[in-house]
Amino acid sequence: MAMADFLVKAPSAGRGPIEYTHEDDALRIFGFWVFIATDMVLFASLFATYAVLYRHVGHGPGPLQIFDVTGFATETFILLTSSFTCGLSTYSMHRGQKGWMMAWMVVTILLGISFISFELSEFITDVAQGATLQTSAFLSAFFTLVGTHGAHVSLGIVWMTLILIQLAIRDLTPTTARKAFVVSLYWHFLDIVWIFIFTIVYLLGEMS
Amino acid sequence: MKRNQARTFALLTALAGTSLLLPGCGEQVLVFNPVGPVGMIEKQIMVLTIIMVSIVVIPVMILLWIIVARYRDKPNNRAPYRPEWSENRILEIIWWSIPIIIIGILATFTVQKTFALVRPPNKVVNPLTIQVTSLDWKWLFQYPGQKIATVNYCEIPSNRPIEFVLTSNAPMNSFWVPQLGGQEYTMPGMAMKLWLEADKPGVYYGSGANFSGEGFAHMHFNVIARPAGEFNHWVQKIQSTAPPLSLQRYAILARRTIVQPMSFSTNQPGLFEKIVSQDGGMYMRRDLTRGKINSQAGTD
Amino acid sequence: MLHNAENFASHFFVLGNPMIYGADVSILLVIFGIVFVLTYYKKWGWLWREWLTTVDHKKIGIMYLIAALLMLFRGGVDAILMRTQLIMPNMSFLKAQHYNEIFTTHGTIMILFMAMPFIFAMMNIVVPLQIGARDVAFPYLNAISFWLFFFAAMLLNISFVIGGSPDAGWTSYPPLAGITFDKGPGENFYLLALQITGIGSMATGINFFVTIMKMRAPGMTLMRMPLFTWSVLAASIIIIFAFPVLTVALTLLLLDRLAGAHFFTIFDGGNPMMYVNLFWMWGHPEVYIVVLPAFGIFSEVVATFSRKRTFGYASMVASMIAIAVISFFTWVHHFFTMGAGPGVNSFFAVATMIIAIPTGVKVFNWLFTMYQGRIKMHLPMLWAIAFIPNFAIGGATGVMLSVAPADYQYHNSYFLIAHFHQVLIGGTVFGMLAGMYYWWPKMFGIILNERLGRWAFWFFNIGFYVCFLPQYWLGWMGMTRRMYTYSTGMGWSLWNFISTIGAYMMGIGFVFIVIEVGYSILYGERDLTGDPWDGRTLEWSLPSPAPHYNFARIPEIAGRDAWWTIKEARRKGDPVVESKPFKPIHMPNDSGRPFVLSVLFFVFGFSMVFTWYPLAFVAFLGILISLILRSFEYHTDHTLSVEEIRHTEEAYGRV
Repeated sequence: MAMADFLVKAPSAGRGPIEYTHEDDALRIFGFWVFIATDMVLFASLFATYAVLYRHVGHGPGPLQIFDVTGFATETFILLTSSFTCGLSTYSMHRGQKGWMMAWMVVTILLGISFISFELSEFITDVAQGATLQTSAFLSAFFTLVGTHGAHVSLGIVWMTLILIQLAIRDLTPTTARKAFVVSLYWHFLDIVWIFIFTIVYLLGEMS
Repeated sequence: MKRNQARTFALLTALAGTSLLLPGCGEQVLVFNPVGPVGMIEKQIMVLTIIMVSIVVIPVMILLWIIVARYRDKPNNRAPYRPEWSENRILEIIWWSIPIIIIGILATFTVQKTFALVRPPNKVVNPLTIQVTSLDWKWLFQYPGQKIATVNYCEIPSNRPIEFVLTSNAPMNSFWVPQLGGQEYTMPGMAMKLWLEADKPGVYYGSGANFSGEGFAHMHFNVIARPAGEFNHWVQKIQSTAPPLSLQRYAILARRTIVQPMSFSTNQPGLFEKIVSQDGGMYMRRDLTRGKINSQAGTD
Repeated sequence: MLHNAENFASHFFVLGNPMIYGADVSILLVIFGIVFVLTYYKKWGWLWREWLTTVDHKKIGIMYLIAALLMLFRGGVDAILMRTQLIMPNMSFLKAQHYNEIFTTHGTIMILFMAMPFIFAMMNIVVPLQIGARDVAFPYLNAISFWLFFFAAMLLNISFVIGGSPDAGWTSYPPLAGITFDKGPGENFYLLALQITGIGSMATGINFFVTIMKMRAPGMTLMRMPLFTWSVLAASIIIIFAFPVLTVALTLLLLDRLAGAHFFTIFDGGNPMMYVNLFWMWGHPEVYIVVLPAFGIFSEVVATFSRKRTFGYASMVASMIAIAVISFFTWVHHFFTMGAGPGVNSFFAVATMIIAIPTGVKVFNWLFTMYQGRIKMHLPMLWAIAFIPNFAIGGATGVMLSVAPADYQYHNSYFLIAHFHQVLIGGTVFGMLAGMYYWWPKMFGIILNERLGRWAFWFFNIGFYVCFLPQYWLGWMGMTRRMYTYSTGMGWSLWNFISTIGAYMMGIGFVFIVIEVGYSILYGERDLTGDPWDGRTLEWSLPSPAPHYNFARIPEIAGRDAWWTIKEARRKGDPVVESKPFKPIHMPNDSGRPFVLSVLFFVFGFSMVFTWYPLAFVAFLGILISLILRSFEYHTDHTLSVEEIRHTEEAYGRV
């Protein structure tokens, strides 16, 4: 929704959304979009590697042996919900409701933490069963792809917390709004990447 | 002074141009002295591309010389000066289309020959199979039909297609015998095929072309082509005089050493297939393994 | 205890080689020399305030340039050593291991630590000035990019005396570069140094893409941009899409080496070919990243010194975009002989050939920019003209290589070596040197000495042909790349001898450039006009060197060749009066954090090389903390008052 506004109006026109008030901030948001493009290529390369190696199970377990349907279904549900709450936070920001905005950010962070906990426990179970990074090419590719996403989400949690603190200290200004907006872009992007992981890694893994 | 520089410059460019146009004079320019059908086709393609690219390169050199000489900023230069002239539809169409045509011709040719050269040669009567393994830092040749093996040299009958099946039990390398035809990588866990043939007897230089570590520079070998009778005689001699290739022997060979040429009176049946599959060959697509490793052709 | 220390030292330091002891001594001497000079002349504060903490794109550009020239020296010495080893058959000047390390560092340094910073130098110095901007979009990030590159370069170079250099070639193919066949820390140095500089390069790509898209002066539409800026835009787009792939390839190989993963091992399902694919998916576009800006420089130089508009501007732009796009569809031509099917080979062969079309068009357009012009043979133009035959041959041999069936005979041979040196030296290095001579007055206010420059030019240019034309022959004669020695009887000796002589001539050419720079700094002609070449683009409208805020008033652009148009109007007696009042200017604050952050990256990389994980963890925490501190920093810019601007402009005599 914020994007639609951005596309119609000139970024520095002054009557756009709050995060586009200053030209500097508009530049940073645009820069972040470009960064997302690079990150997308990064994930694409990891997906390609996974696609090449996922049948190469060596002497280790295959996808069917280690994927836990309820586990990854729960993770997916949590992460999709967090993306929704993150969107609500941006929505509140545009309405100038700082309290709601921060509240939704807290919810997003909590959902993010529970996502990471589920993922960690999934990894721990795998390792306990002897399915480690060192076992086979398939597992190397699996842990690296999913782990890279997990590392991104963890970074996002730390980042969003920092923005939350800054919002509390500095109030909702064009600068803090821009920062919150950028971290929300990042969060949505990770959500999209997860959808691909869900489909390509887990669903196809279950079907194989 | 300035005049001289322009001359030197022109001379240099001319030299550079002609050196490209005079391929294959000496016998030692191996790729222009092929002795097999594959090498011949490759040479034809090379000559053709040299001619095609010259159609652009030579006019560019001449134009550059003329333009630089004529439009130098000298006090009495009467050549026209049009500082605002920057568009000409016709000229641009000309030099968009010339390279398009040349590339079009080359592309057609390339696609044709690329497909043609992966097929075995037309007259595959009675081919000979040699299994090649690159090791650190030596070449092992196994003759599944003749049940012999050699290291760092191989003998082949002339006028008979040779099917080289390539793999590596060390970092990847590349098997290259310039006068017989091109090269192909030797990769751990893969078996790849290269069809070569020598039209006349002789000793041909071969080498590893892809860097594989400290002893890489010493990984050259001779391919000795002989008439069929002499070849069979050689096989019999090896079978009767050379020591056998035991697995222990192979384990010693596989160490990181540089060795002299060797011969063995036996090969190790199944060794080649084992090397391929232990290094990841089990993930190869079926057709690759079947077609290439289990080739039964070549028994006399 | 003592024994342990000895054991550690003998693995940590590279011992037993007189050449490396020499390097140890010279490194120590240089460090002492620098410390002494800085202390004696009380320049530490100056160094910190003016350079280490700067976010000014012009100063960052100058630092890139100095670093690139230093790395050109290092890579050049590597080349001279290799050619000396190959001057005669069976030479024992270098041992195999040493030769392998040298060609590996030669390639790595020349591509990633010489060519890349050299183009970044030109981009930084010129792009904001050409588009009428105050700085790049993200000056602070720009400083981070530079320091990451700088410390990555240090990390790779230090491997020469500590731990041992990488030795698996600049392409670092597994399994050779994997832990099974290469245990030493050398490959770790390679992987971490490239990773760190790669992050910096990616940031630079994003930075310049945003700068050019969003910060052009009013009136400068895309189709009015100078061609150098266009080339940088194209290169930035390639960086954005190519560098993440390198990041992944390096990370996965590092995981294989340090964490025992199986991406590219030959056991447990790993696939070495995947690395080869990933590497070249970055590697081939990378070639165009370094050559497109050179094309841009030639366009500027040829137009300026022919005193004529660029011929076929639209074609030039279209060619660059076409090259940028197609460059992503050619990577397999680096391994036609690796067993891909004929369909795959045909596709990539044809895609590769297609790139020759826009490139050829550019050559004709440069020729016709000179046609009916008035050519002045100053140093930048000399290099630009020498580029054309050079690149024509390099391009032609490129087309020859792209013909897949013929590549079976060229691949991995000296023919290939000669080809890519011809395009990378003839294209990128000639281009960067042309750019260096062209913009040197803008950077330093000094015009480089013409006479010494010509000596350098002729030595380097003739040396180039003497060095590399024989290598095409050697390739046809069956000589493969990366051989540290060869025997008699192949007929290679004579051609190798000639080639080495050429390399020495190029070395002499480089020495002349060094002398030239030194001489010009002391006695060179000063550029007081700001426009020594009668230039066409906006950077020449500023004094030399440009004030730190670049433009006192942001110019309004009415057409292509913005500065030329203004000058033409003035020549016709229609003085364009700058009457608008000065306005306060927002400027980014200097910051020491990019420097500190990059030092931490260096510590992180160094401890990962030796798998000292606790130290690596501390450095990683440090990196996180500096990022967090930045996030909490709100006073990141300041305002220049109108008085200050007027004062500076008066000092330049421009009010």
